[in-house]
Amino acid sequence: MAELLQFISSGLTVGAIYALVALGFTLIYKASDIINFAQGEFVMLGGMTTVFVAMAGVPLPLAALIAVVATTATGLALHRFAIEPARGASPVVLIMITIGASIFLRGVAQIVFDRRFHSLPPLLGADPIQLGGAAILPQSLVVLASATAIVTLLWLFVDRTLLGKAVIATAANRLAARLIGVDTRRVVALSFGISAAIGAVAGILITPIALTSYDAGTLLALKGFAAAMLGGIGSAAGAVVGGVLIGLMEAFAAGYVSSNYKDAVAFLIILVVLISIPQGLFGRAKVERV
Amino acid sequence: MGALQRYAVAAVVGLIALSAVENRAFAQIKIGSVLSVTGPASFLGDPEKRTLEIYVDEINAKGGVNGQKLQLVVYDDAGSADNARTFATRLVEEDKVVAMVGGSTTGTTMAMMQIFEEAKIPFISLAGAIQIIEPVRRWVFKTPHTDKMACEKIFADLKKRGLKTIALISGTDAFGKSMRGQCVAVAPKAGITVAIEENYGPRDSDMTPQLTNIRNKAGVQAVVNPGFGQGPAIVTRNFRQLGITLPLYQSHGVASKQFIELAGPAAEGVRLPAAALLIADKLPSGDKQKPVVENYSRTYQTKTGQAVSTFGGHAYDGFMILVEAMQRAKSADSSQIRDEIERTKGYVGTGGIVNMSATDHMGLDLSAFKILEIKGGDWTLVPDT
Repeated sequence: MAELLQFISSGLTVGAIYALVALGFTLIYKASDIINFAQGEFVMLGGMTTVFVAMAGVPLPLAALIAVVATTATGLALHRFAIEPARGASPVVLIMITIGASIFLRGVAQIVFDRRFHSLPPLLGADPIQLGGAAILPQSLVVLASATAIVTLLWLFVDRTLLGKAVIATAANRLAARLIGVDTRRVVALSFGISAAIGAVAGILITPIALTSYDAGTLLALKGFAAAMLGGIGSAAGAVVGGVLIGLMEAFAAGYVSSNYKDAVAFLIILVVLISIPQGLFGRAKVERV
Repeated sequence: MGALQRYAVAAVVGLIALSAVENRAFAQIKIGSVLSVTGPASFLGDPEKRTLEIYVDEINAKGGVNGQKLQLVVYDDAGSADNARTFATRLVEEDKVVAMVGGSTTGTTMAMMQIFEEAKIPFISLAGAIQIIEPVRRWVFKTPHTDKMACEKIFADLKKRGLKTIALISGTDAFGKSMRGQCVAVAPKAGITVAIEENYGPRDSDMTPQLTNIRNKAGVQAVVNPGFGQGPAIVTRNFRQLGITLPLYQSHGVASKQFIELAGPAAEGVRLPAAALLIADKLPSGDKQKPVVENYSRTYQTKTGQAVSTFGGHAYDGFMILVEAMQRAKSADSSQIRDEIERTKGYVGTGGIVNMSATDHMGLDLSAFKILEIKGGDWTLVPDT
């Protein structure tokens, strides 16, 4: 029982981060049909910028805020200078551009920051909380609470604001949205900005647990993408469920099966799910109208 | 204008000819090197190249070797074994070097070995794997200690503390895999039983499930973590998070101040094997290596402005062993240099005290490693008795 709790806490923490990365993928995909492979680099930028701004003597909360703003600006710049000029190109070309952007950002981070690993102090101290025999880090709770808050805020934004409705309209039908007066270009830019901000927050939250470095984004992007696919790409609820499921699967596989096959078990389950439900758990099947 | 141009051309040609003559007059001993200066292994090749350049200049400033100046030819393989092989061929056929110090990684070294064997040119490798010198090849030597020695050193320390049953948690990166293999292989001989084995990916962010299993395994007396990068720091933190009180051993792969910073207070009490170079200031004053490592650290830091790494130290050792062999041979003949390298005895380097023989082309024993314990956020030397 104690170990079950331990595995769940491990899985939920890691899963919450995968979920946030998957949300970033989902948002941009919805607004523009682009799968943004630079999403992991947003996570890295959030963590690394906070570390370096804090090292320069800025108090931590302010450093985190600066990091989120800087990453959001990077996301907007990515859209303005790389995606927007190639507007009209096929999604495959645009995805290639994001892969290029990801390599570029990694290279710049190596030069602007450095190539070492860094950490941040946890928000609520480092002493684990004992819960039914499991030792849980306070930072894990911070990660879970923040992830829940972000998902709620995002839902409120999309569901309750006019701008949010514009995002839904763009996602549903770009041409029709433009006809009723939605500035779809701004909506796409907005999706890049928000995705970058979410990525940055995820990066800051995970750094006290998982550490960060210039190449920390690569693997997170892979796992986040897998989570988005598992949940059904384009579905926000799917992204969250997919992320948490992958985190839990990894923890259980490492704990109960064998840590040798941890990643293999997780990806095998994803394969099985996608073969039986190709559109993902929450995705809607594409209907081709003839 | 036409005449002026002709003069200019003649002058340039003359200058080039002159400098060529100059080169021939002074650069009489050519030493070759192929290093991974850029690319994924640049953390190895970069300090190695800087070290070689610093010490070639220093030897030349002192009048060279046997009255002849040294000329260093360095190629950058960018971490690719294919490139390394091409450059090795060039060193042999075009540059006609008398000896070679280089090969940053095991991969590039293995790719170049045969070329130097066939050309009968001594090759001192700077890479870690034991396969480079086992079986012994006539022309191939190496300076860095091996993973096997790190395992043996840890096991010796365990036995001293009366601990026999261990758990292994290894990274699945190249370093972790290689060291895990060596540890499992030498454990029976050292009287150590590996009761449980766990793994983690090099970029994993949480190892509590694996450590929970280790904690629940009955009879485990200590935990050993072969790994490189940020993984060992997370293992150390998770280890304390779960409240495990067993002794924890890390590897020489994380023997840097950065590990203590990343693992924070959780690093307290962790032990690991490390080369003397990293703890130059902690060595007792009678230690034979102390003047060498202090001198190298000071020189490297003043010339480059960077902190020393063991990798640059390997290059220093390789180059100095070669220079001393050439001095003893009183010749720049490849074959005589080879024989003298093999006769290296009592060379005090940054990596340890080197005693080579026809059957041992590395020449280091376990005294090359010191066992360190982290106390109060700093290294302390665990006495070797």
